[in-house]
Amino acid sequence: MTDTQTQTPAQIPVTVLTGYLGSGKTTLLNRILSESHGKRYAVIVNEFGEIGIDNDLIVESDEEIYEMNNGCVCCTVRGDLIRVVEGLMRRPGRFDAIVVETTGLADPVPVAQTFFMDDDVRAKTSLDAVVALVDAKHLPLRLKDSREAEDQIAFADVVLLNKTDLVREDELRQVEATVRAINPSAQIYHTQRAGIDLSKVLDRGAFDLARALENDPHFLDADEHDHDHDHHDHDGHDHHHHDHNHHHHHDGEVSPIHDVTVQSVSLRGSELDPKKFFPWIQKVTQLEGPNILRLKGILAFKDDPERYVVQGVHMIIEGDHQRAWKEGEKHESRLVFIGRELNEERLRKSFEACQVA
Amino acid sequence: MPTVAPLDLDGHCVAAAFIGAIPVFAMAEGTLHWLDHGQKSASLHDGLLTAIPSLDGKTLLTGGEDGKVMAFSPDGPSTALADCGRKWITSLAAGPQDAAAFASGRVATVRFADGKTKEFSCPRSVEGIAFAPKGMRVGIARYNGATLYFPATESKPVELEWAGAHTGITFSPDGNFLVTTMQENALHGWKLADGRDMRMSGYPAKVKSFSWSARGRWLATSGAPAAIVWPFSGKDGPMGKAPVELGTRGTVMVTSVTCHPTDEIVAIGYSDGMVLAGRIADQKEVLLRRSGKGAISSMSWDTEGRRVVFGTEAGDCGVIDISA
Repeated sequence: MTDTQTQTPAQIPVTVLTGYLGSGKTTLLNRILSESHGKRYAVIVNEFGEIGIDNDLIVESDEEIYEMNNGCVCCTVRGDLIRVVEGLMRRPGRFDAIVVETTGLADPVPVAQTFFMDDDVRAKTSLDAVVALVDAKHLPLRLKDSREAEDQIAFADVVLLNKTDLVREDELRQVEATVRAINPSAQIYHTQRAGIDLSKVLDRGAFDLARALENDPHFLDADEHDHDHDHHDHDGHDHHHHDHNHHHHHDGEVSPIHDVTVQSVSLRGSELDPKKFFPWIQKVTQLEGPNILRLKGILAFKDDPERYVVQGVHMIIEGDHQRAWKEGEKHESRLVFIGRELNEERLRKSFEACQVA
Repeated sequence: MPTVAPLDLDGHCVAAAFIGAIPVFAMAEGTLHWLDHGQKSASLHDGLLTAIPSLDGKTLLTGGEDGKVMAFSPDGPSTALADCGRKWITSLAAGPQDAAAFASGRVATVRFADGKTKEFSCPRSVEGIAFAPKGMRVGIARYNGATLYFPATESKPVELEWAGAHTGITFSPDGNFLVTTMQENALHGWKLADGRDMRMSGYPAKVKSFSWSARGRWLATSGAPAAIVWPFSGKDGPMGKAPVELGTRGTVMVTSVTCHPTDEIVAIGYSDGMVLAGRIADQKEVLLRRSGKGAISSMSWDTEGRRVVFGTEAGDCGVIDISA
């Protein structure tokens, strides 16, 4: 496990924008580029075409997914981004942040991994958040015909449920429940024409270990704020066999829409033994890495006065001490996996075995 | 004692080279500065990404974020060789008979001296481009290998496969070997006569700078706290041989290397701005420049091997005279 680098001001934040064709990405990009918010953005797009703004900080780039030559199929990066970011960073001072727009069908994982796996990119930039735009009207259809739409939601830190004016209220509730079932820890906002306060989307620090989990009420305080998320923790483990052809139950919430293959597994325990936990999490991410889209956790180690936070993307995992436990705060460990074909019972049992006896 | 004539410029120096006997500095924001009876400058691009001298050393070819390829000469006006619109020109090569080649996205273009061009559309991005020393042959680095094209004929391209992303490319001066830098911390080589692979790994960082020694007996590379210099004098190149390490420093990385035009000496630039010269035969070192504001990003020798021009990421550039 690598220690996270402390974020220096020289590191430029990067926001990744995902979403199917027609979900409103271009509308949001045009807002980011044209509204006066006091910040300048360099935007990396696949096609200049749709953006109606002439701006020399818009860079067109051919999506190049490169598998790393280490035998791991999930270790992929966007080679073109490495090149473009390196070029952009030779002229710092022109912009305050970078936005990467992905194609509708793009897998967000290689984009995110680029900012962890490439040393040069990592030294100069830091991934801020992955934002997914979802067309509220067409999501059920998208989930039927593609795995990418689901991946984009599962991987996001922020989900904009867009075009809410085109659906009835009950439809919207269903769609939101589906998004929540795929990703219990994302921030969800309802929008029309991508109309959102840009501060909710940009400069989120979702990948900043010190900030990410603080800003995450659904994850941190699931008990207190969202009862739906927890009831499965207590009523047995009878739904961990996720069959792709059936109506799924999820650990967090039940999707009212079929065709959802992503699940989340929330684990909770008391104080952990670091000598047991670290070998365990290494093994889990090595063996299950291809199935794990995201993982996040806050951990209490025995005799450790500070909270430890971890996050991961596939096989990449990083962790660091975050802050001292507060007076009266319960020393509890929580870990959430979002992925596919996760064996919940095995994860739970082996995680619980890391607790201090 | 070597003397340093500093030249403080703004921004990141992409390339420092001699054009004729004149030191030229190509800066990332698009301006060229040169020292010809005083400091002169010209703005060539809105954003300069790559620059390389022509083979005769009389012009500097440049490529930019503005999609333009330019030829710069200190004596006269610069000429535009190509305009690809808003696509970045990410790699450039200078070829025989005043040919130039450049990469933009998934297209490699060869431009002949008469202005005619030949485009090669590639399935994946053209990461690096280089001319072979003999004949009209161009190699490109790409995902999972390299491809050799013959732009003057209709011959089919030659594909050389090796898993992984290949980013930079260079032919040995005798044309016997093709070497690529990779996204991972390694070089890959092919012996062109029989296609045999050679893998040169063990670097702690990506290899971004490489330079062939006089007569092509050695390939000096960056990417480690020493210049890693691979032997290419035998018929199998570095296969089964260990490299020479020159100018080893504890934790400071080598970021730029350039070989002397006639002697087996390497000028070595580091991430802290220091420049050393190291002799391959006995690994003796001489300090050429103390550390500065930023990492050495580019260096070149003049044709006599008496001066080294250097540029840094922070703009504190200069010329080192070792003849004094």
